[in-house]
Amino acid sequence: MTRITAWRRHPLARYAVLILALALVGMVYTAFVQAGRPADAALASGKLDDVAAGKSLFEVHCASCHGMNAQGTSTGPTLIGVGAAAVDFQMSTGRMPASNPGAQVPRKPMAGWVTPDKIRQIGAFVQSLGGGPQVPGKEQVDPALGDAGKGGELFRANCIQCHNWAGAGGALTQGKYAPNLNQATPTQIYEAMATGPQAMPVFNDTTITPEEKRSMIAYITQVREQKDPGGFGLGRIGPVTEGLVGWVVGITALVLASIWITAKKRQKS
Amino acid sequence: MSSDLTTVPKGIAGPSNFLDERIGGANFLKRNLRKIFPDHWSFLLGEIALYAFILLLLTGTFLTLWFKPSMGEIAYDGSYAPLKGVMMSEAYASSLEISFDVRGGLLVRQMHHWAALLFVSGMLVHMLRVFFTGAYRKPRELNWLIGVLLFTLALVEGLTGYSLPDDLLSGAGLRITEGVAISLPLVGTYITFFLFGGEYPGEDIISRFYSLHILLIPGLILALVSAHLVLMWVQKHTQMPGKGRTNKNVVGAPFYPAFMAKAGAYTLFTFAVVAGLATFTQINPIWLFGPYTPADISAGSQPDWYMGFLEGSLRLMPSWEINLFGTSHAGTLPLSVIIPALVPLGLVMTGLALYPFLERWITGDHSEHHVADRPRNNPHRTSIGMAAIVFYGVLWLLGANDELSANFQISLNWTTYIGRVLVFLGPALAYIITYRVCLGLQRSDAAVVSHGVESGVIKRLPHGEFIEIHTPAADDIEAHVRGKQAVPMLPVEADGAGIPPKGMRGPLGKLRARMSRAYGGEKIALDEGHGHGHEDEHAAIGSGEDRSLTH
Repeated sequence: MTRITAWRRHPLARYAVLILALALVGMVYTAFVQAGRPADAALASGKLDDVAAGKSLFEVHCASCHGMNAQGTSTGPTLIGVGAAAVDFQMSTGRMPASNPGAQVPRKPMAGWVTPDKIRQIGAFVQSLGGGPQVPGKEQVDPALGDAGKGGELFRANCIQCHNWAGAGGALTQGKYAPNLNQATPTQIYEAMATGPQAMPVFNDTTITPEEKRSMIAYITQVREQKDPGGFGLGRIGPVTEGLVGWVVGITALVLASIWITAKKRQKS
Repeated sequence: MSSDLTTVPKGIAGPSNFLDERIGGANFLKRNLRKIFPDHWSFLLGEIALYAFILLLLTGTFLTLWFKPSMGEIAYDGSYAPLKGVMMSEAYASSLEISFDVRGGLLVRQMHHWAALLFVSGMLVHMLRVFFTGAYRKPRELNWLIGVLLFTLALVEGLTGYSLPDDLLSGAGLRITEGVAISLPLVGTYITFFLFGGEYPGEDIISRFYSLHILLIPGLILALVSAHLVLMWVQKHTQMPGKGRTNKNVVGAPFYPAFMAKAGAYTLFTFAVVAGLATFTQINPIWLFGPYTPADISAGSQPDWYMGFLEGSLRLMPSWEINLFGTSHAGTLPLSVIIPALVPLGLVMTGLALYPFLERWITGDHSEHHVADRPRNNPHRTSIGMAAIVFYGVLWLLGANDELSANFQISLNWTTYIGRVLVFLGPALAYIITYRVCLGLQRSDAAVVSHGVESGVIKRLPHGEFIEIHTPAADDIEAHVRGKQAVPMLPVEADGAGIPPKGMRGPLGKLRARMSRAYGGEKIALDEGHGHGHEDEHAAIGSGEDRSLTH
């Protein structure tokens, strides 16, 4: 019996082995991840072909509804000619991939596997099929460069009949709706105008120029960031919530006050 | 109430002597300052409207100091950045100025708007109280009519006020007003051109509505409110049935000091609620709506709540229209606008105005009433009232059907389909349910009177049966319950030869007799039914008498 054998039979030995094994697995895993990094770097620098990568992603995640060649099926429309802007809008707002068919696909958090890179790759693939609106550049959607006053006029003339004066959203027919604009990024607002997702019409560059789109983005973002000067904003949907508060808060408070006042019986006249 | 009501308190004696020695009239003061007012929480509801009206006059005067009732176009140059440089009417620009550049302007504007909402709500709840307690009966029918007129004027006042700031929402309201005016057969176009001074929207409507809103209608309201109060004072307030209360007296507290203190406190409560709402809750954010141009319309365009029932009826209406002789050249009758605009409003207002007279025609009741009915004791009236509330309520709710649809994920089309059914089915159901509830409550009253109140003491009888001891109701509760009077009925029974009495013979007479028999009479007598078969200790409770289930 050597000292080593004694150590081997020590009650803590098994734990020591376990920790060693875990450490080893961890080191091997780290090594592999390190090995994988150069591939990502290649992707980011565009060394790998975006269109090819996008095609393979498309076949896995999108083709079941949109068809293997994006030609469309009975459950999803064709994507030929919708452009990378449509892909970016639909996927960055979490609408695509859709969770279930319905009157309208709602905005939701992006699926776990969706990253900006993958959206770009799928976008490149769809763009390669038949052109269409491109994802706008940073400057094109910068609210600071827009004229909010002009944008407000365009917003009122073109958007609020569905989206409400403060972008709070509104109902459309048969369960469809115009979503509220509070979560949409400037890029997404631009893309929505350029591509006309779901029930929305397309406002192309001849209807509303890119500069005008930027002004509208300036108005929308300025108004939604504004602190309501008159107190609690009641959802900014107008007289419906105001009437509700008038009755539920105002009249209830006054009825309680009248009950309180008349509950006190006078002792002396 | 132990002190002597005939002694004059110092607070009255002093000033009235002072006045008497100079201008006379001490008796007038002494008599009126000791006027007795009955105490019941629901009697204060009308005061909400009164105090809100005072606030409206005060805040409205403040607003007129800056508001410019002009439709002249200017470029905005105030401090609200997102509208900088936008072309708008002077009315809208001055409303923005009040909101952003006048000290306290936004608060006062918001108080004005909240007070307006509470003004109409206060009138409505007051009117419902008067209706359900039958306080509109002789001799108060004229005061009831004044009230209906006041309610109508309040709606017009609200509509004109809503239009004044000339924002996008007020323009939408104005457009509907124009649509209703122009839909009237034959005279529609003339009325519209007269009202707007030419083709819609023209340049006159704001200044015209301004004079109506700040001069004519408030003047009428003020005069009618005064008449309403003087009549109430002269005819005395009704009182709830109770101990010592009869048709010939008023039991309550004198105006000075008790009622004056209560009314004063309630004034301050009303002011506080309005000021509180205006401080913490934003109302009518006109800067978000933007200036009105006839080309723009927004989702969620809604009227203030009191116009909601008209909005709802417009939204529910199918798109019916009749082209005379099959061509629009000969004239179009747009039923899709005329019916929803005029029929519900006509039904509600005409029904309210005529109700006291219809009821008297049906019941043949020509006596004076100073003791109010408890709603359960006139079940048909209460049911009619509830049916009207449901009718109004469905239309009102469906006026917001786009918000219901957007916020609760219901298909907009379905809200319309369901509303079209509910607007007819709802009132019928409400009528039946209310009627049964009233009768049930009458039965429970009868149980309290003839049977007593559950004491919570369970007693075991010698033969093993358990009973609960009932104690007689307290004096004041019993007096309150016994204040019930049977609803009067016409003498409808035919005489010995089978000939109905005079006035009940033709088709109209027969209808009147049938309605009188249904509406009038005692449905559940207080002392009937519950006494029989029961001894004091209710030994017979288990003997199969199902009436005992009602308590």
